[in-house]
Amino acid sequence: MTAPSDVLVVGASAAGLATVEALRRKGYAGRVTVLGAEAHLPYDRPPLSKQVLGGSWLPGQAQLRTPATLSALDTEFILGDPAVRLDAGARTVHTAAGRTLTADAVVLATGLRPRTLPGQDGLAGVHVLRTLDDTLALRTDLAPGRRVVVVGDGVLGAEIAATVCAAGVPVALAGPQPAPLAYQFGPLAAGLLAELHAARGVELRLGSAVTGLAADHGRVAGVRLASGEVLAADVVVVAFGAAPATEWLAGSGVVCDNGVVCDSRCRAADGIYAAGDVARWHHEGLDALLRLENRTNATEQAVAVAGNILGEDRPYMPVPYFWTHQFDARIHVHGTLSADAEVSVVEGDPGEGRFVAQYRRDGKVTGVLGWNMPKQARLRRQDIAGAVLAGRT
Amino acid sequence: MKVTVDEAKCCGAGTCVMLAPDVFDQRDDDGIVILLDEHPGEALHGVVREAASVCPGVAISVSEDA
Ligand SMILES: Cc1cc2nc3c(=O)[nH]c(=O)nc-3n(C[C@H](O)[C@H](O)[C@H](O)COP(=O)(O)OP(=O)(O)OC[C@H]3O[C@@H](n4cnc5c(N)ncnc54)[C@H](O)[C@@H]3O)c2cc1C
Ligand code: SF4
Repeated sequence: MTAPSDVLVVGASAAGLATVEALRRKGYAGRVTVLGAEAHLPYDRPPLSKQVLGGSWLPGQAQLRTPATLSALDTEFILGDPAVRLDAGARTVHTAAGRTLTADAVVLATGLRPRTLPGQDGLAGVHVLRTLDDTLALRTDLAPGRRVVVVGDGVLGAEIAATVCAAGVPVALAGPQPAPLAYQFGPLAAGLLAELHAARGVELRLGSAVTGLAADHGRVAGVRLASGEVLAADVVVVAFGAAPATEWLAGSGVVCDNGVVCDSRCRAADGIYAAGDVARWHHEGLDALLRLENRTNATEQAVAVAGNILGEDRPYMPVPYFWTHQFDARIHVHGTLSADAEVSVVEGDPGEGRFVAQYRRDGKVTGVLGWNMPKQARLRRQDIAGAVLAGRT
Repeated sequence: MKVTVDEAKCCGAGTCVMLAPDVFDQRDDDGIVILLDEHPGEALHGVVREAASVCPGVAISVSEDA
C-alpha cells in the first residue's frame, strides 16, 4: 500500500494531535490538516476536572503543546469550525463555515458529548464538564455561599465533587450506586472511596437515581431523586455519561452504533479511520467491539491509526488503563474491573491508604487497581495482558 | 537530543517506562517519573519521541537540537 498524499484529521484534541505526531514521527511527509470545533489550540481534558477547576492551574497550562511545537508539525490547524457532514465515498468533509475538505485518508477523532437531563438547556446554574469553556463557566458559578450538587457517581462526577469540596465549596454527590464507582470498582475500593469523600465533607446522597431538575425563575433550585426527595442546589453539575459525537456522520456511509464502528485496524471505511473516545473497534484479543473513554487510549489508538494509514496493517489490542485523582487518593486501573469480580489485595494495605488489588473472573485476572501505588500496579499489569491475549484465536 | 521531565505534571501512568525502560523509571513510593538518561543514544530517539507524545500527563519534553 502506498502512503496517502494527504490526511485530514477531524477533532483537534488528544487523539487528533497524537495522530499527526505519530504520522510525522513515522516519516510521513504529505499534507496534513486538522479540523477542530473549538477555537482553542489543542488542550488536555484530565486537568479540567482537577487542576483547572480547582484553580491551581491557569487554563493555558492545560495546553497540549506550545505553538512552536505545533508549527514544527507542518500541519494546518483549522479551529473553531465544526465538521457538519462527511461523504465517506469521496472522503470529503463539509464544515459549518462552508469549507469543503477532501483527503486520501480521513481520521475521525471527535470524542464525546455529555448527556444532559431533560429541561437542563437554558436553565442557569446547570453545567456539564467536557470542554475548557465548560470548566471556566462552572468555576465562575462557584461563588461563595453556593451549594453544589453533582449528578453522577461515576469517575467524572466523583472527581468533580472531590475538587469542588477541596476548594471549600459545599457539595453533594447524587447517583444510583451504593458508593462512588461501585458498579466498576466493587465493594472494597468503592467503599474506601465513599469513606474518603464523607470524611472530607462531601455529602453522599447515593442509592437513588436522579430524575430531573427543580427550577425557580429560570435558575436551577434543586435535583429531583427517584425517592421523591429534592436536593436543594444553587449549582448543578451533570456528569452521568457522554455519547460519541457522531451525529454529524448521519448519512455519511460510515456505520455509527455507540461510536464509529471499525475493524481491528481502526478502519471504518476505505481510507476512513477513527481514534479515541469516539472509536468502537474490534479488539482481536478480546474478540469484541470495544470503545474506551480514557486518555491513554486516545493517544495509543492514534499511534495505531497513523501506522495503519501508512500501511503497517496491525490490529490494535491495548490493555485498557485510566487513572483518577480524588483528594489524596491517586487511583490507577489497568485492564477491566467489575463489581462481581473476586478481589484480593496483593500488595500494601487498604488500612494504610496504599495497596494494589487484583480482580479475577473465572479464575483469570481481568484487572488491577492501584491505590497510591502506581508503579506497583503497573508492574502487575502483565498478569492481565496474558488473560487479555489468551482470548486470541 | 535532550529530554526533560516535569514531575508536577506526571500522573504516574508509567507509559514512558513501558516504552523506554532504559530512559525512564518510576519512583517506588509515588510512581512519579525518574529520568535515567537525559541524552539517550540515537537508537532510542524514536521511542523517546513516542513516549513524549503519548505521555498522558504531558510531562515529557524533548529538545532535538540540544
Ligand atoms: C473533565 C475530564 C477529565 C478526565 N480525566 C481523565 C483522567 O483522569 N484519566 C483518564 O484516563 N481519562 C480522563 N478523561 C478522559 C480523556 O480526557 C479522554 O479519553 C480524551 O480526552 C479523549 O480524547 P479524544 O481526542 O478522543 O476526544 P476529545 O478530547 O473529546 O476531543 C474531541 C475533539 O473533537 C472536537 N469535535 C467534536 N465534534 C467535532 C466536529 N463535528 N468537528 C470538528 N471537531 C469536533 C471537540 O471539540 C474536541 O476538541 C477525562 C475527560 C474529561 C472530560
Ligand atoms: S508516561 Fe508521563 S505521566 Fe506517565 S509516568 Fe511517564 S512521565 Fe509520568
